[in-house]
Amino acid sequence: MKYARLVWVNMMRNKRRTVLTTLSVAAALFLFVSLRSVNTTLADARQVGSESRMVTRHAISIVFFLPESYYGWLVTVPGVKSVSWAEWFNGIYRDPRDFFPSFAVEAESYLAMYPEMVIPEDQRRAFLGERTAALVGSGLMERFGWTLGQTIQLRSPIWAPDQDWPFTIRAVYTPTNPSFGDALFFFHYEYLYENAGRRAQPGWYVLEIEDPALAASVAETIDEHYRNSRAATKTETERAFQTGFVTMYGNVGFLMNAIGLAVFFAILLVAANAMMMAARERTSEVAVLKTLGYSDRLLFGLVLAEAATITLIGGLLGVFGAKLAFEGSGFQGLGFLPGFQVKWATAMAGMAIALSLGLASGIVPAWWAARLPVAETLRRVG
Amino acid sequence: MAIPVIYNLRSVRQRPVSTTFTASGMGLVVLVFIAMMALSRGFRSALVETGSRENVIVVRSGADNELISGLSRQTAQTITGMPFVARTPDGRPLASPEVYVLVSLERLGGSDALVVARGIDPEAFQVRKNVRIIAGRMFNPGAPEILVGKNIVGRFAGTEIGGVISFANRDWTVVGHFAAGGSAFESEIWGENEQFMPAFRGDVFQSLTFRMSDPGAFQSIRQTLEDDPRLPVDAHREYDFYANQSYLLTRILSFAATFIAGIMAIGAIFGAVNTMYATVSARAPEIAVLLPLGFRPLSVLASFLLEASLIALLGGLLGCLFSLPLNGIVTSTTNWQSMSEVAFAFRVTPELLLRGIIFALVMGLVGGFFPALKAARQPVVQAARQA
Repeated sequence: MKYARLVWVNMMRNKRRTVLTTLSVAAALFLFVSLRSVNTTLADARQVGSESRMVTRHAISIVFFLPESYYGWLVTVPGVKSVSWAEWFNGIYRDPRDFFPSFAVEAESYLAMYPEMVIPEDQRRAFLGERTAALVGSGLMERFGWTLGQTIQLRSPIWAPDQDWPFTIRAVYTPTNPSFGDALFFFHYEYLYENAGRRAQPGWYVLEIEDPALAASVAETIDEHYRNSRAATKTETERAFQTGFVTMYGNVGFLMNAIGLAVFFAILLVAANAMMMAARERTSEVAVLKTLGYSDRLLFGLVLAEAATITLIGGLLGVFGAKLAFEGSGFQGLGFLPGFQVKWATAMAGMAIALSLGLASGIVPAWWAARLPVAETLRRVG
Repeated sequence: MAIPVIYNLRSVRQRPVSTTFTASGMGLVVLVFIAMMALSRGFRSALVETGSRENVIVVRSGADNELISGLSRQTAQTITGMPFVARTPDGRPLASPEVYVLVSLERLGGSDALVVARGIDPEAFQVRKNVRIIAGRMFNPGAPEILVGKNIVGRFAGTEIGGVISFANRDWTVVGHFAAGGSAFESEIWGENEQFMPAFRGDVFQSLTFRMSDPGAFQSIRQTLEDDPRLPVDAHREYDFYANQSYLLTRILSFAATFIAGIMAIGAIFGAVNTMYATVSARAPEIAVLLPLGFRPLSVLASFLLEASLIALLGGLLGCLFSLPLNGIVTSTTNWQSMSEVAFAFRVTPELLLRGIIFALVMGLVGGFFPALKAARQPVVQAARQA
């Protein structure tokens, strides 16, 4: 540690350059961590899907309905503990651009199946007991400034598009896992059915199974049973179902990684350039240090340490700046990235990148300092 | 008096490593910027530019996408007979009542994806000017034949001409491929509406698209259609109808492009500032000579700004060069309104390249300004003493 002061003094020799380099590293790491977090958030979105719940939907597409009569048979399938169903409502509050997901669900069985939603007991009872009641995520309540007991009007382009749908907010849930999302809207399927001229049918069934190991056989039994019926089904675990949705965005992961790589190299160039300029200016000092008895290896280490210090400070600023910024702002990617956060693992990866940036940018100047011929250099200094 | 450009060119060549590093850093920023914008452009032309401003699409009242719409044969006939529908020289209406369904096809290499199968009236090729057959031929009326959009050719099994695709319990022979100016139609399968109708949902169309005889009269046409008690329909300008379906994703993409390129630019600008300051201090003695020779401080400022721009221009050109291979690469995402797959290509246009260059120049000028100012304000005596 006794050389720490020397490294520090060298860094401060050209304060402006050091500060600018540090900030550009910080910007790069901020970006890197943000991009990486998009990927981890999407990966988490897949994990939200449980392995002990399954989804049965129309074989062609989720946009087609299944008959209500399927319920009666589905509950009898061996291995299935309980069955619920849901339908996409596509509710619009004021402006279609203020999108949030809304579902009509068979409330009692649905809530029993989703312990991920934490609801105060009195609110749960109030919600279940009222036909036009709504269950709303805490984030959504905050976004629109809704209060418990308030009646709001939604519209749906799919269901009775010409009329307003009044809902009374009777319950608010908080998710146990941020990736589950705190901006969902649920209400009673019966309400949908009655108000939509009895045209409504279940969009998909959710099955809770006794043992995740039974998933494959349950899926096969169900899909085989309905293979030749008017609405053939596709049954898969909820996790596979969610994964299907996430992959529908396209190849986001590749895009984020490619950009991350470009960011890394762009900043490597900036940092390496700064280190080389710093080293070049100090030619004579290095020669003097060598005559004082500093070994080549020590000088090599000192330059590397300086580079690494700059990038590590920049890394700390960028990585933790991003962590704080996203946690403070509640950023959710316009609703597409529920539970967006910078994880500790991502932060650590960012710091590792910062360190490697430092070493990579310092290696050439360090090698150059170590190899500097003393006599020749001093002759020029005069 | 201006300082000759050759002075800057030679100065830049004096420091090849530093110049290359700074320029390449900017080049990477420009590359990412162009790539993101090309993605966003391709996406826009796939979804936003799908419709034409001269066409009207009619759907069931309240439906914001074709999938949940339905129009009876009667409704379609009533509308095509109306006077504001443009006609061919021999008097047939330029209108296409269409069947719109989703079929699940197997992607080459595994997973399934939903693809739009659109049953069209043969007149559709007249109604939509941007659609044309690029290989093979038109389907024959009455035959189980289909056309495949060029963006799904080679992505799904059986899409080559002569190939057979099975859906709705029938086999369909591919007789042609069509292009549609980069729009989402290129991700669809087209067949005859009268063939698709019985095979899918029975006697109902999902939409009717027609050309207006007077595109300026849209508001009154809309009024006429929506007020007609016989017609439970909504009329939209075709362009707006498709543009609205992609609003969210377009917003996300342009947000991402700005965010990413903006932050990268900050890093690159700091790099340029470093380089230019180093240049200025290394050349202090030269500046000390320039000033007494009679060059004005303003000329010195301009000269260093020019030098920063030269480096930036080099970077911009590098970025543009490396972005060219991206043009035409096809990727895909989902139309969330219908859950169908939409394939689209990166579009690197000359205009986009120009914007990349301008972006680089702005980075160079911003990064070079303060160092150039320092050079111009350099006290002559002090600088000369250093020499």
